[in-house]
Amino acid sequence: MIELDNVSYTYGGGELFSALSLKLSAGSFHFLTGPSGSGKTTMLKLCYGELIATAGGVRLFGQDARTMDRDQVALARRRIGVVHQDCQFLDHLTLAENVALPLTVAGRGAEAAENLEPLLSWVGLGRQSMQLPPQLSGGERQRAALARAVVMSPEVIIADEPTGNIDWEMSQKLLHLLVELNRMGKTVLIATHDLNLIRAAKTQVATRVLRLKGGKLQVAGADL
Amino acid sequence: MSIISDLLRLATGDKEAERSVPPTGFTATLTLFTAAAMAFLAVFALALSLATDRLATRWSEELARTSTLRISAPDDQKAAQTAAALRVLETTAGIASARALTAEEQRALLEPWFGPDLPVETLPIPQLIEIIEDSNGYDATGLRARLQAEVPGAVLDDHTRWREPLISAANRLRTLGLLSIALIGGSMAAMITLAARAALAANVQVIRVMRLVGAQDQYIASAFVRRFTLRSLNGAVAGSVLGAAAVMLLPDTELAGGFLTGVALRGTDWFWAATIPVFAALVGFAATRAAALRTLKEKS
Repeated sequence: MIELDNVSYTYGGGELFSALSLKLSAGSFHFLTGPSGSGKTTMLKLCYGELIATAGGVRLFGQDARTMDRDQVALARRRIGVVHQDCQFLDHLTLAENVALPLTVAGRGAEAAENLEPLLSWVGLGRQSMQLPPQLSGGERQRAALARAVVMSPEVIIADEPTGNIDWEMSQKLLHLLVELNRMGKTVLIATHDLNLIRAAKTQVATRVLRLKGGKLQVAGADL
Repeated sequence: MSIISDLLRLATGDKEAERSVPPTGFTATLTLFTAAAMAFLAVFALALSLATDRLATRWSEELARTSTLRISAPDDQKAAQTAAALRVLETTAGIASARALTAEEQRALLEPWFGPDLPVETLPIPQLIEIIEDSNGYDATGLRARLQAEVPGAVLDDHTRWREPLISAANRLRTLGLLSIALIGGSMAAMITLAARAALAANVQVIRVMRLVGAQDQYIASAFVRRFTLRSLNGAVAGSVLGAAAVMLLPDTELAGGFLTGVALRGTDWFWAATIPVFAALVGFAATRAAALRTLKEKS
């Protein structure tokens, strides 16, 4: 589905990482960990086409990301649900409108009427649908971001530090939702430095843990 | 095809796309004011252009087929020379009709300068003969030669000397009016482009989020295009109405002197005035669409 082949990324004159390869196959569950500044977010951005690799090949659903035009990237993003670290909401829209935004921009706004209520109930935000993002707590925002990421029923879900700003109990709820999605056949890639979250996930689902450190990507050991 | 689909989307409305972008105060005011001011000026330029068009038509068509024969002779010979001139004119090819103006008609011609109580009969005023040409026209040189021989006091004025420069001036004024409309349209496009680019710059984060959730450039642009087009239309409607009202309040020069046709909107002119808001909306649409697509390309 998403494939990084011998990828390098240079930023500000320095090489953030090099010779990095990753293949996200259908239904897999990956964790990406590593110290702050190691390039986890950059690697995720390569996976959903927001950045172009300095060298190497990135393939999104079989297409070379380097040759894709903006509209093709937009279409690919409709197949990838992304939970951003800072949620990336439009503050002038209600929670329901923000969650429905991927459907709206895809010209499928009518589907929101029937799909949104059960989706918001699933993430426990049924009562907050008319609230504006600034009125929500950190945990509510993260769950809303997850709801927006899955509203298009994407094949891949990418989450960047989804539990970074929430307490452990809320992290567990969010993880449970992501595991549930994986059991439904979705491919999941989560970048996190929360090792407890990874350990908790490993008790629920088969995961592959990758560590990005010193510009290289390695499979993490059994210590996790 | 994408322009057509954009126009269709504009006509049918895409409020969801428009709602995705928060309203930005100063660009809305700037666009409305610019469209209103430009439409106001466009109405004046249009009225001027149409008035000079009427003037040029009148001078070129109406006066082109008329000439005047002036007979300056002593009172006791004036009637005889007038009769002789009419005989010459009746036998001249290319002249449809010729008639001597009555004393009342000559008094009416002089009335604007000397007032209504002018005793024409007591003044040494030449007798005027109005000549109407047929569609073939007459040979002015040949007629002058015949008149010189048979009616020594007759002077033929075929209006060419003063008509042509006036027609030329009227045509140039009409061209200037049309050029002014084009310049107004260009200025409006430039102002709306600036406003649209400011709005796009103010919404960088919104555009980023829309892209992250899979929005294509056409969709993002449509949110701005619809808003700016409607603002252009609304502003131009207000400006056109005010401009038309101002033109209607101008004094009627027809009553004052009968020389100028007057800067006014008449008959089908109103149709052209009504197209100004439509053109303004089209300018707004094209300018915003081009600015939005260019900016989105730059920010990719």
